[in-house]
This record gives sequence, C-alpha cells and structure tokens, in this order.
Amino acid sequence: MVIECKHVWDHISGYLDDSLPPETRELVQRHLEHCEICSAILDSTRNILVLTADDRVFELPVGFSERLHARLDREIAGASRDPGKDSAD
Amino acid sequence: MIASVLSGDREKYHDLIRPYEQSVYRMALSFMKSESDAEDVAQEAFLNAFRNLAAFRGQAKFSTWLISITLNEARGRLRRQSLVRMESLDETPEEGGRVSPALLRDWREVPSEALERKEIREMLRQAIDGLAPIYREVVLLRDVEELSVEETATALTISVASVKTRLHRARIMLQKVLAPQLRTANPKRRWFQWS
Repeated sequence: MVIECKHVWDHISGYLDDSLPPETRELVQRHLEHCEICSAILDSTRNILVLTADDRVFELPVGFSERLHARLDREIAGASRDPGKDSAD
Repeated sequence: MIASVLSGDREKYHDLIRPYEQSVYRMALSFMKSESDAEDVAQEAFLNAFRNLAAFRGQAKFSTWLISITLNEARGRLRRQSLVRMESLDETPEEGGRVSPALLRDWREVPSEALERKEIREMLRQAIDGLAPIYREVVLLRDVEELSVEETATALTISVASVKTRLHRARIMLQKVLAPQLRTANPKRRWFQWS
C-alpha cells in the first residue's frame, strides 16, 4: 500500500513523537525514503521544534528572580505572623 | 520539600520553586503581551501556589500543577483586562480543516547556535505568539516544557486526543510560518563563517 503526501502530513506529529501504530509508521517511513518534499517537511518541523525548545528563546528578564523571591519573602513573613492565612484562599 | 513547607519551614518554598521559574514565566509570557505583565502573572502564580500548597495532593507533578495555576492566572487576568484577542480562549477550532505545511524540496539544518542572533529568537517568539491560545498552550507544554502528552492533557484539563490533535496542527502551523523565514535567514555559507 502506498500513501500520498497529504496523508503523510497528517502523521508528521505522530511520527516525531514515535506514537504511530507500527503499520502506519512503516507506510510513512517508506514514503519518506523516496519523497524529498515530505522528508524536507519532516526535517524542518523537527528542526523548528528543537529551536523552539531552547531556553534562549524565552529568557527571564534581568532581576526576575530577585523580585520574585523578595515578594515571596513578604508573603512568607505574613504567613508566619498569621499561620492560618496561607490556607484560607 | 513540599511537606517541609507545609509543616512550617516556609523558607523552603524558595528552593522548591527555583527550578520552575523559567517555565512559569514562559507560560505567562505566551499569554501576556508585555514582559512586565508576564512577570506579574508569574509572581501571582507562585504566590497562589504558596497559599494553596496544602491543596496539592501529588496526583500530578508539582510542575504540572504550577503550570495549571499559571494558565488560570493568565486567563483570568486577560479576561479582567479585556485584552483577549479576537479569538475566544475557549473556542475549539481543531474541528477545522486540514493544516498544510510549507512545501520545500530540501531543508538546510538551522543549528542551535543561530539562536545567538536576536532576530532568530524574535522570529520564533512571534511565530508562537501568532498561534491561537489553544495551540500555543500545547506547543509550550509539550515541545518547550517537554511534558508528556498525558501531563499536557492534565495541565490543560483536556483529553489526550485533543492534545494530539492540537499539537499536530500547532506544529504544522509553526512549520508553515517558520520554515520559509528560517530558510531565508539561514545563509548558504556555513554558520561559523557568520559568527
């Protein structure tokens, strides 16, 4: 059985996650071996996901941690003065 | 560590959340369009998690629980500020037609060193920002935070099947937008000659 390109596109995500049923994966694999367009689509999608996951894409603003922990300090100090408060919300 | 915080050693909460600062901020930033709003949301999420820590029962991972709180905080704030984009946060457009990728004959790998370039980082952020919220959420949780499909479903309180459908569409949409842009930005010469 041979599948068309547009059917392969439906399985790109499942192929990347290795979650396709074995027979579907086999069909997609065979298609990819001879279809340069679908291979390029798969490679570009994989490449884009790797880049997207990089920590440099969404960096923390300078001073973020300091401001966060200072605010937490105030909250924790308040909760310590009034121990019943932290479970009241 | 959670038990220590709950039993009175509240200072331990600082250590408990440190590994999750970037994840929470990233989720917040994906909803709020300014860094300062995103920081506010992230701070509120961590405060809410502290106040409600006793309610965390360990059914999900702590990180998944934190992400859920962040999503709720971001959504609530957007509703209050009436800054919701044209599409509803609750709509489920995954029933729509097939999403087609950008067609290419070959792909020149873009190495991670390319992220040293600000315009490449900006390109990626804008592509993710451009996704409808239901797609942005799954991409961030599954592909950026690397949660499993099941954990993503738990964090978003949707089914595993919905996660898979949305994830597929989101990935193809990102490919469609980014592949042509990255291809143009990716020089024919080798990368190291540019840096």
